[in-house]
Amino acid sequence: MAQQSHIQFGYRRHPDQDRTGANAAEHPVVVVGAGPVGLSLAIDLAQRGQPVVLLDDADRIGEGSRAICFSKRSLEFWDRLGVGGRMVDKGVVWSVGKIFHGASQLYQFNLLPEEGHKRPAFINLQQFYAEAYLVDRVQELSGIDLRWRNKVTGLEQRNDHSVLTIETPDGAYRMRANYVVACDGARSSLRQMVGAEFAGKVFEDQFLIADVKMTAEFPTERWFWFDPPFHAGRSALLHKQPDDIWRIDLQLHPDVDPAVEKRPENVRPRIARMLGHEKFEFEWISLYKFQCRRMDKFIHGRVIFAGDAAHQVSPFGARGANSGLEDAENLAWKLDRVLRRTSPEALLETYHTERSAAADENIRESTRSTDFMAPSSRQEARLRKAVLSLARETEFGKRMINGGRLSVPSTYQTPLSTADRDAWQGGPRPGASMIDVPVASPAGEPMFLTDAFIKAGTRFALLGFGNGAAVDPPDGVGVIRVGGEGGLSDPAGLAGARYDAEPGTAYLLRPDGYVAARFRHPTRPALDAALARAAGHH
Amino acid sequence: MALSTSSNFAKPDDAFRAVVEAHRGLSDEQSADLDAALVLILANHIGDLDVLREAIVLAQRRMADATQQQQQQQ
Repeated sequence: MAQQSHIQFGYRRHPDQDRTGANAAEHPVVVVGAGPVGLSLAIDLAQRGQPVVLLDDADRIGEGSRAICFSKRSLEFWDRLGVGGRMVDKGVVWSVGKIFHGASQLYQFNLLPEEGHKRPAFINLQQFYAEAYLVDRVQELSGIDLRWRNKVTGLEQRNDHSVLTIETPDGAYRMRANYVVACDGARSSLRQMVGAEFAGKVFEDQFLIADVKMTAEFPTERWFWFDPPFHAGRSALLHKQPDDIWRIDLQLHPDVDPAVEKRPENVRPRIARMLGHEKFEFEWISLYKFQCRRMDKFIHGRVIFAGDAAHQVSPFGARGANSGLEDAENLAWKLDRVLRRTSPEALLETYHTERSAAADENIRESTRSTDFMAPSSRQEARLRKAVLSLARETEFGKRMINGGRLSVPSTYQTPLSTADRDAWQGGPRPGASMIDVPVASPAGEPMFLTDAFIKAGTRFALLGFGNGAAVDPPDGVGVIRVGGEGGLSDPAGLAGARYDAEPGTAYLLRPDGYVAARFRHPTRPALDAALARAAGHH
Repeated sequence: MALSTSSNFAKPDDAFRAVVEAHRGLSDEQSADLDAALVLILANHIGDLDVLREAIVLAQRRMADATQQQQQQQ
């Protein structure tokens, strides 16, 4: 098998390790786990001015490709962290998926059929590249203290802080943290330390992932097969990654022996049948079963869980890493405000409210996809057969085929939103994420609304349209103005259309880019009330 | 909209007959396949999840009734 590229980092002793007992170091935030979620959270917090200690029990990245599909929402978040461009430049951009049954194509979908967005529906990028770029960004920021081979082995929760015991090559040390954020993955040791249940549905079917290197002319689309000629009776997925690497997922029978199936000499003939040739090399082979489950509570005292540590889904739908990144963007601004005491601690509860509902949605969607791929009774198989055959001649049949419903941001039902009081025919409603549109700077340079949001400071921002009833924004609130004197222009008219805007329309955006409130003609008291609500002051 | 359980066909016998005839000459397995497709086609035509759920509940009640009758006979 080809040597998997990886990046090695060095362990370095930290002065905190010399401090003992009551003298142990104290930090406002300790993030555990330097995967995509922990790294992104640390960067967001650091950019907001919070010093972060980031611990990881390993000292290298690059064990296989693992997550490969990163969503538009994740890219917009990474743009705010200053790494989106690098990810997109390296990644394989795609938006079209095709579904095959047997040898024939049944259905094709486009995840971003409209123009005028800065970022594509998805990029495919090996997780180790994403992590490497995030680590580079961490190293540009002085606020993050990244410590490799620091393994948390103990957790004691006190009233207003936790005490962590950390094992290193130089022995153990202790450290106090006002908040600990556990981003330590599906097998989270912190989750075990707080004694949280992590029960859910186990799927019996096994899947084999192979990353193969080859030059091929397949288009950069997601291809999914039910019952393909090269893998009768099961499903298969083909997806392109950078560096001429192709991800292949093959569903196996529940009763096959994983150790036997995983041997390259047994995987090779299957893939050769799929591709019609043998001109490929293996980069990575992995066999997995999966579970759909989540923690009951994402917050345990002063320990907060994010990403796979808090919830797990099946991989069909790209809802694992992307939902973890959404956790990070949701938590960062809230934790920052609570640490600054500009919001009450209760604001953090809305992290649980919003993200556990999103986890439920992701679990529901990915469970449905998995059930469709691996029917668990003869009648389920019969219904699926009916759908696949109806899809050949009906539109509703095509739409009912479930080969993975790909990650989209949730719309939050949240106490932070102010309910609409005006009439709207469109536009993102409170709790939904902002929609990108092309605009132009006052000097006429083309840019996107997501760029303008970053320029306005990635904080609460008032997005106003036209010269209408302009109100002074409350203190600390950024301003984005579209139309009118000195504002951004809307050359294609898309900003007005996508936000159902009239002169005077204003949207209050949260620091994570979600809509908190919107008004046809905002008044200062109405804005103040919406802002207070969105900041967690009920 | 609620599930309509009043008689909607001018000639109910024709409708019953149409379904029965569709199953003539089929094995149980083929009949089950036909029913699965038919359910999905009709469900989509109805296009209302609440109505579909009501219909499912009404159909499920047959199961409960059948079990009860069996128990009474024993």
